[in-house]
Amino acid sequence: MSVRQSLLAILNQGPCYGYQLRAEFDRRTGSTWPLNVGQIYNTLDRLERDGLVQKADIDADGQNYVEITDAGRAEVAEWLGSPVVRTMATRDELAIKLAIAVTLPGVDIAQVIQVQRTATMRTLQELTRTKNATADPESSEQLAWLLVIDSLIFAAEAEVRWLDHSESRLTRARAAGLADPLPLNTDVPKRGRPAKTVQANA
Amino acid sequence: MTGHAADSDILLQLDGVSMQYGRGETAITALAGVDLSVSRGELVAVMGASGSGKSTLLTVAGGLTPPTSGEVVVEGHWLSQLSARELATLRRRSLGFVFQDFNLIPSLTALENVSLPLELDGWTSKKAHRPALDALTIVELGDRAGHFPSDLSGGQQQRVAIARAVVGGRSLILADEPTGALDSTTGELVLRMLRSRVDAGAGAGGILVTHDARHAAWADRIVFLRDGRIVDESRASAVSSLLAGLQA
Repeated sequence: MSVRQSLLAILNQGPCYGYQLRAEFDRRTGSTWPLNVGQIYNTLDRLERDGLVQKADIDADGQNYVEITDAGRAEVAEWLGSPVVRTMATRDELAIKLAIAVTLPGVDIAQVIQVQRTATMRTLQELTRTKNATADPESSEQLAWLLVIDSLIFAAEAEVRWLDHSESRLTRARAAGLADPLPLNTDVPKRGRPAKTVQANA
Repeated sequence: MTGHAADSDILLQLDGVSMQYGRGETAITALAGVDLSVSRGELVAVMGASGSGKSTLLTVAGGLTPPTSGEVVVEGHWLSQLSARELATLRRRSLGFVFQDFNLIPSLTALENVSLPLELDGWTSKKAHRPALDALTIVELGDRAGHFPSDLSGGQQQRVAIARAVVGGRSLILADEPTGALDSTTGELVLRMLRSRVDAGAGAGGILVTHDARHAAWADRIVFLRDGRIVDESRASAVSSLLAGLQA
C-alpha cells in the first residue's frame, strides 16, 4: 500500500503534523487501512531523508509541522500520473492452495472450492450490507469510502467468479478422464543444484 | 384451503422436495431432497452453476410445477392439497414473479401492467389503480404510471415488474435472474428496491435466483445448489471480522 505517496499527496495541500496526517488519511479512505501514528512518523522520517518533505513551523501547541518540497510535489505528480503495477511475484495463497490440492489424491476439490466460495460470499454479503447502510454520497468522504467498499466488493466477486470457473474447468477435465492426482515422483532430484551438463542435455 | 403451518413467520417451506424429468435410465434429477424455508422479512439467494436446479426450484416453489416428491408449503397452505382453482388463487394473491426479461405486456401502461394481477382476481380496474399506483411509487416510478413499457428503460421496466410482483400485499417474491438483462449499476438499483421491499416490515420475503455473486450478496442467506442438492449455505453475520477495522 502506498502510504508514502498518499501522505505526500495530502501534504501537497499544505503543512500538517503527525496526528493530523493520520486523521486526513483515515477520512479519505473510510478508515479501511488504519495507520498508527508510529507508522506516520517513520514514513515522515524517510520522506525527509529523501528530501521530499522538510520540517516547518512549530505552532503554539507545540505541534511539529512538516511541509512538502519541490521534489515531493514532483513525486506526487509522478504517482498520480502512473499506473499501479500489480506484481505477479506476490504469492496468491488461494491459487497455490487449489493448484496443490488438485494434484493430491483423496481430496474433494469441489468441497475445497465450496468452502472458499461460502466464505467469500459471506464477505461479499457483509460488504454489501455495509454499503447498503451508507446513504447516497453526500460528501466527498462518503464517496471516497464507497469507492473503497466497491473495490473490495469487486475483488470478492472476482474471486467467486474464478472459483466458479475453476470448478467447471475441473468438472470438464474429470469428465474427459484428466485431472488425475500426481503421485510422488520417485525420480527424486539430487540434492543441491543440478549439474550444468545435465541441464544442458535436458 | 387446508393445512396451516404452526409458524406464521414462515412464508415458504420446501420439505424434501425432489423433481425428476423423464423416467428410467434417461431420467434427469433436477432437485434431490431440497429442504428450504423463507421467513417474512428474509431474502434468500439461490446460486449454482447452469443445470444445478436453480430455476426448477423456483417453478416448484411458485406452484407452477408439482414436485415429484416432497411438500411445498406457502403461507401455511400445503400446495399438494389444493385444487387447481385454489392453487391459481393462491398464486395470484400470495406470489409475485419477477423474470429476467421483465414479461410486461407492451400494449398496457405501467399502471395497467401492475393492476393486472388484481383485476384478474376480480378487482375493478378503478379499484385496482390505487394499490397499483402505491406499488409504482414504492419503486420510485409513480410519475411514470402512464408510460408504456417501450417508453421505459430496462431498469425501469424491471422496477415495474417488481411493483407488479408485490401489488395488493402479495408477500412471496420469486425472482429468476432479475438483473440478468441489466447493466451493473441498474441491476444494483433493482436489487436495492427488492431489498427495501423485503425490509419494509410488511411481511414480504423472497427467493432470488442468480449466478451473479455481487447481486446474491444482497440476500440475508445464500444457498448453493449442486446437482439438485443444497451443498452449503452462507448467512451474513452481524459483525464481521473483516469489517472490524472499517467504519461506515
